[in-house]
Amino acid sequence: MPATKRGSLSIRSQDDVVGVRQAVRRAAVDIGLNLIDQTKIVTAASELARNAFVYGRGGEVLIEDLQESGRRGLRLSFEDHGPGIPDIQKAMTDGYTSGTGLGLGLGGAKRLSDEFQIFSEEGAGTRVVITRWKS
Amino acid sequence: MKQENFTPSSRSRLPEILIREQSSLLADWIESLSASAGGRTGSRSRQQLHEDARTFVTALARGVQDGSLQDLKSSEWSRMHEFLTELSRSRAEEGTSPTETATFLFSFKRPLFGLLKKELAGEPEALAEELWHATALIDGLGLQTTEIFQRSREEIIRRQQQELMDLSTPVVKLWKDILALPLIGTLDSSRTQVVMQNLLEAIVAHSATIAIIDITGVPTVDTLVAQHLLKTVAAARLMGADCIISGIRPQIAQTIIHLGVDLADVTTKATLADAFQLALRRTGGPLPASTASSKQLA
Repeated sequence: MPATKRGSLSIRSQDDVVGVRQAVRRAAVDIGLNLIDQTKIVTAASELARNAFVYGRGGEVLIEDLQESGRRGLRLSFEDHGPGIPDIQKAMTDGYTSGTGLGLGLGGAKRLSDEFQIFSEEGAGTRVVITRWKS
Repeated sequence: MKQENFTPSSRSRLPEILIREQSSLLADWIESLSASAGGRTGSRSRQQLHEDARTFVTALARGVQDGSLQDLKSSEWSRMHEFLTELSRSRAEEGTSPTETATFLFSFKRPLFGLLKKELAGEPEALAEELWHATALIDGLGLQTTEIFQRSREEIIRRQQQELMDLSTPVVKLWKDILALPLIGTLDSSRTQVVMQNLLEAIVAHSATIAIIDITGVPTVDTLVAQHLLKTVAAARLMGADCIISGIRPQIAQTIIHLGVDLADVTTKATLADAFQLALRRTGGPLPASTASSKQLA
């Protein structure tokens, strides 16, 4: 699948989370996502960027444009080198949090995306890749 | 600093040379400035440039006379510091970049090095040593202008952040017992705290029974924003006021559903007007008959 790198941002502070949201919104507008899909991917990005900052002790996001048989999409890869998630299934469960949030971020991000992949290794970090296609 | 490596025994001769030759240095510098500024049309006039050069050389002579070359931030250099602050400020106002400002000071090296070469002809070791001193001195002063510039920018940013924080969280009284809080922008945690506090204080001050939180101006409602909203609603409820959240656009409604955030306990409305109407009905205020909306969900 042809993917073009649009940019990558580091996530080291709360302000960077805001920056990620803005960059993702720009990219979403650029590839022509409608307002609802824009909002979905921006919100998912917000959750994952905050996770990388809060739980992963900072990380980065790679933003890529996708093109597959005429349709366009946006792929976001979040990566941190934090403690990793010991039990991914548990972490994906709505209402479960190891912190103080609502425990809906990961599951919510999955439901807000067309494709969702999560890889995590204890002590090495976590990588979450989401894709939103232009409908 | 590393100067000691060069001068184990004797003091630098730079101060003495600078003080003795300040007028000829200034003349040389102005001459080279005029030559290089000839083609350019900088925003700073030639006269101002010469004035800056004159003040700098005077302050430099004073600095090396009273202070040490090692500590450019000591009080003996206060006059120089004042000049550099003023230079950075006035040039920034004119739109000059900090690089240009520093480059202006660095250009003093040309006449200074020329003079040292003449003064220390036949003493290559002393020349190398004094060139090092001179470079360190002028670099240090040039970098100070950049530092000052950056500090003033940071101050502006801090002030604007503070202003934004206050600006975007006004609590408005709409009617007897009814308050509205129109939220604008991103709701990061420090601002949300201010928002919550303002609203709770206003509820007490106006003895309000209904508070409308309008999120039309909030571009993204994620789980953290939702959590802050829920907390605010719960706190207001403890104080005897009901909250209505308005400004839920279609895309926000969909996102909240996908996130799985439970807003069932909170009254929500699509627009501030709808929320206001509901609030009036609940408090027994006057209702505009003709515009009464048909889609009353609450």
